[in-house]
Amino acid sequence: MAAPPVEDASLDPWSTMMKAAMAGDEGVYRRLLTELGRSVRAMARAAFARARLGDADIEDAVQETLLAIHLKRHTWDPGQKLGPWVNAIARHKIIDAMRRRGARRMEPIEDFEAFLAAPEDEDRHALADAKRLMDALNPRQRDIVQSISLDGQSIAATAARLDMTEVAVRVALHRALKSLGAAWRRSVS
Amino acid sequence: MKTSELIAALAADPIPEPVRIGRRIVAALALGLAGAFALYALAVGPRPDLSAALGTVRFNLKFLDALALALPSLMLLARLARPEARPGALALWLFAPLALLAAGVAVELIVVPAGEWLPRLVGHNMRYCTTMIPMMAAPILMALIWAMRAGAPQHPGWTGALAGAASAGLASFLYASHCPDDSPLFVATWYPLAWLVCAAAGAWAGRRFLAW
Repeated sequence: MAAPPVEDASLDPWSTMMKAAMAGDEGVYRRLLTELGRSVRAMARAAFARARLGDADIEDAVQETLLAIHLKRHTWDPGQKLGPWVNAIARHKIIDAMRRRGARRMEPIEDFEAFLAAPEDEDRHALADAKRLMDALNPRQRDIVQSISLDGQSIAATAARLDMTEVAVRVALHRALKSLGAAWRRSVS
Repeated sequence: MKTSELIAALAADPIPEPVRIGRRIVAALALGLAGAFALYALAVGPRPDLSAALGTVRFNLKFLDALALALPSLMLLARLARPEARPGALALWLFAPLALLAAGVAVELIVVPAGEWLPRLVGHNMRYCTTMIPMMAAPILMALIWAMRAGAPQHPGWTGALAGAASAGLASFLYASHCPDDSPLFVATWYPLAWLVCAAAGAWAGRRFLAW
């Protein structure tokens, strides 16, 4: 019952990258998320500007979108292009972020694909720090996420330092990422 | 936390077990229907004159109505698990059960004398009908909501309502074999009321459990 495959889905570079990522290529996945993040950032910035919301929560919207892309990546149909799927997720998350900022009326949000050519780099200033993120985690989870993300340690090194097995670290990391998603959801309603 | 740091954490997260929403929905249907059928077997049961009723148009129309609600709802539900999905023409099929009911009512009004209309509409057990359909739908709805939690529906409330409609259709299919009232006047009045209860429960559950 899925829609007929787009003719050039196999030529879509992002679809190719996502397939490689889902097959376990961490490097490609990291590059893909970075590239998607830049275009999502431009999309969020345009939406926030149009609603005159200032840009305090833009990076939150970007991070929530990336996390949702990660946690929901199994809902992407590999026979389709990645762009429209990312667009739907980004739109959903940007609207959430705008509601949180008190937007009542939703201006139309431009399609993600309109921002492919004009990506925006991460803001180097304080805005780039999403505030709520780490508060949602318990100390153990925070330690693991921090060790892997902030300090750049590998799973193996983190496992050795915390005296855990690698599998346990991976499971804990996955749980932590899921609870981040849940915490963001709670903050919307 | 900077976005580049979040990306590092996401990339380190292991590849997930493949999730197939279609399969999850099928599993949910099996579980939910088992629950509904258990309830049917314990508390409801078929009507005594079942074999005689099977030959009548009015009786069989009830099953058709139920399927006309359940099938398009289920197909649409499976489609809307993807965030970029659009309901499309499939949504129009949701009018099929209502059109069937309306056609049945029109014919009934023609073939039955006016004095019979009200007694047939009121029937014998409207209260039982409007409580037992939602009761039997409940396990199916719960299982479908569980299955849909793996998805990313753009509108959780509407998607939940759709799950409610699907469960209502399936529960009506079971209940129809118990229900002694076959007149389209009865069915068109009370069954949709039960469906609305299920859809409302589904909408609530969707907003609560399908948000992502």
